[in-house]
Amino acid sequence: MTLSARLVVTRPRFQLDIELEVAAGQVVALLGPNGAGKTTALRALAGLTALSGGRISLDGEALHTLAAERRPIGVVFQDYLLFPHLSALDNVAFGPRCRGASRAEARRGAAVWLERVGLTGHATMRPRQLSGGQAQRVALARALAVEPRLLLMDEPLAALDAHTRLEIRSQLRRHLADFGGATVLVTHDPLDAMVLADRLVVIENGAVVQQGTPAEVARRPRTDYVARLVGLNLYRGTAAGQQVSVGEVLFSVAEQLEGPAFVAFPPSAVALYRTRPDGSPRNLWQATIEGIERHGDSVRIHLAGPIAAAADVTPAAVADLDLTPGQRIWASVKATETHVYPF
Amino acid sequence: MAGRLPWVLVLPAVVGMVFLTLPLAGLLVRAPWSTLVERLGEPHVLEALRLSLVTATLATLVCLLLGVPLAWLLARVDLPGRRLVRALITVPLVLPPVVGGVALLLVLGRRGLIGQWLDATFGITLPFTTAGVVVAEAFVAMPFLVISVEGALRAADLRFEEAAATLGASRWIIFRRVTLPLIAPGIVAGAVLCWARALGEFGATITFAGNFPGRTQTMPLAVYLALETEPEAAIVLSLVLLAVSVIILAGLRERWVSAP
Repeated sequence: MTLSARLVVTRPRFQLDIELEVAAGQVVALLGPNGAGKTTALRALAGLTALSGGRISLDGEALHTLAAERRPIGVVFQDYLLFPHLSALDNVAFGPRCRGASRAEARRGAAVWLERVGLTGHATMRPRQLSGGQAQRVALARALAVEPRLLLMDEPLAALDAHTRLEIRSQLRRHLADFGGATVLVTHDPLDAMVLADRLVVIENGAVVQQGTPAEVARRPRTDYVARLVGLNLYRGTAAGQQVSVGEVLFSVAEQLEGPAFVAFPPSAVALYRTRPDGSPRNLWQATIEGIERHGDSVRIHLAGPIAAAADVTPAAVADLDLTPGQRIWASVKATETHVYPF
Repeated sequence: MAGRLPWVLVLPAVVGMVFLTLPLAGLLVRAPWSTLVERLGEPHVLEALRLSLVTATLATLVCLLLGVPLAWLLARVDLPGRRLVRALITVPLVLPPVVGGVALLLVLGRRGLIGQWLDATFGITLPFTTAGVVVAEAFVAMPFLVISVEGALRAADLRFEEAAATLGASRWIIFRRVTLPLIAPGIVAGAVLCWARALGEFGATITFAGNFPGRTQTMPLAVYLALETEPEAAIVLSLVLLAVSVIILAGLRERWVSAP
C-alpha cells in the first residue's frame, strides 16, 4: 500500500504544489508554519478540497477521481468533530454502518475499537461528556474503524493540554505502529512530528522545502523556519577547505567542503566575552545584545551584528558578565560544535 | 452602566408594551366567565376547534415534508438563480393572505390551471373542502418554516458533514444522520411558528376554502362570524385560540424555541 501524490491547489493568492510519497506502514508528517498549506494538502487527500491539478494514487488506484465518501481513508480532524448527538460507540460505528455493515455488526466492531483505545467504559457517553484526551481517542477509533488504507490526521494533538498531550502522543505512536496503511499527519509542532513520524516533509508557502527522517532534518536544517524549529543557528556561506565564510565572519569547521554551504550550531555552543579573547580570530565576532529571555534552565541571548544568532548561557554567566540589552559583546563558537553541509 | 435611563427610549417602550398586552387583557376582562363552560360545550365551538387543530397540524406536516428539503436545497446546493428562488418563496410572507387565496383559486380552483386537470383526471376538487383549508394554510405558513430551517442549516457547522463524508456517508445519509439531528431545534422552532401561523390563518382560508361549519370553518372564521351575531361567543372563541397558542408556545419555548 503506497500513496503517491502530486497535489496542486490554486487559490487567488496562494498556490499549493507538493509531491508526496508514503509507503505502507509509514508515517509522514507534513510540518510547516501557519498558512503553509498543510491542511489544504490533507483536505485534498481526503477529497474535501478539489485538486486544481496533479493526481493521487493509492496502490496504483486513482483516488483523485473519487468523491470523499468513496475513498478508502480515515480522517482525524483537528478538533475531532465527533457527532455531538451520538454516543462514543455510535460515533465509531458510524463509518462501518455507512460502508454497509449491519447495525449490530457495526456496533460490535466499534466496541472492539473502543476497547483498543481503552475507552470501553465510555461507550454510552456523548462527546461533550468526554475529556479532550478521550475525545481524541474516540476520533482515532472512528477513523480506524472503517479500516482505511490511508490515515489522515490534522493536528491530532494540538487541542490537548501539555500533560494529556504527552500521554496521548505515546499512545498514538503505538496505534500508528499497529496500523498497516499509509499515514499522513499534519502538525506545526516539531516534537509531535519527530516522535510520531518516520519521515518529515516541511512545507513553506505551498512548496516542499525539505524532507527526510526526523534525525536528518533535525541535524541539517535547510531553511530558517526549520532551524528555528529544531533550535539551531543556521547560516548560508561559502566553504573552502575547513573554512566557511558567512559575510564578514569566518568559521573554521571540522568537515572538509567546497562551495556554497550551510553552517549550523546550537545556541549552547556560543560563548560570550566582555573583552576580545586572545587567540584565533576565527569563529569570533562582535555582536550587540538584542534581547534576553529565560529558556528552560538557561538564558537565551539574542544577538545582532554581522550575523544574527541565539546564545544559551547560564544565569550565573548573565550575572558575571552583567549582560544587558544594547550592550556590545564578543561571541565565539567552537569549531567542533559547528556542522557544515552542502547547499 | 451608570446614569438615568433615557426617557426617549423608555417611554415608547412602555407604550409598545401596553399596546401589545392591553387588548389581550381586554379579552380576559370582558369574557363572560359565568357562562363560559356552557358556551365552550356548544357543538359548533368544539367543531371549529377540532377543525382548526387538525388542519393546522396537517398543514404543518405538509410544510415539514416540502419545506425542510427546500431549505436544504437553498442552503446546501449551489443552484443557479438561488437568490431569485429564495425571494419568490418568501413572497407569501408579505402577500396579503386574501390575495394568496385568490391566487390559489386561479391555480387550484375548479376552472384553475391545475385544478381543472385535477378535477378532470382524478375527480379531485380542493376549493371549499377541508383539504382546501390545509392547502391555504400551508401556502401562507410554509415560508416561516423554510426561512427558519434555512437559517439553522446555515448556522450549522459544515465540518460535521465533511467528517461524515470521510466516513463514507452519502449526501442523503449525511442529511438524515448528521444534519437533521444537528438542526432539530431549528426545525422545531420553525414548525411551531408555522403551526401558529396556520392556526390563525383567515384571509386565504375564507377566500379559497369558504366558510362552511364543520368542513372549512376554522376558529378564526368562527370568531369573525360570531362577532356579527353574538359578540360574547366571539370572545369565548378568541379566548380558546389565545389559550391554545399560549400553551403550545410556552410548552415548546422551554425545550426548543429558545435553544440556539
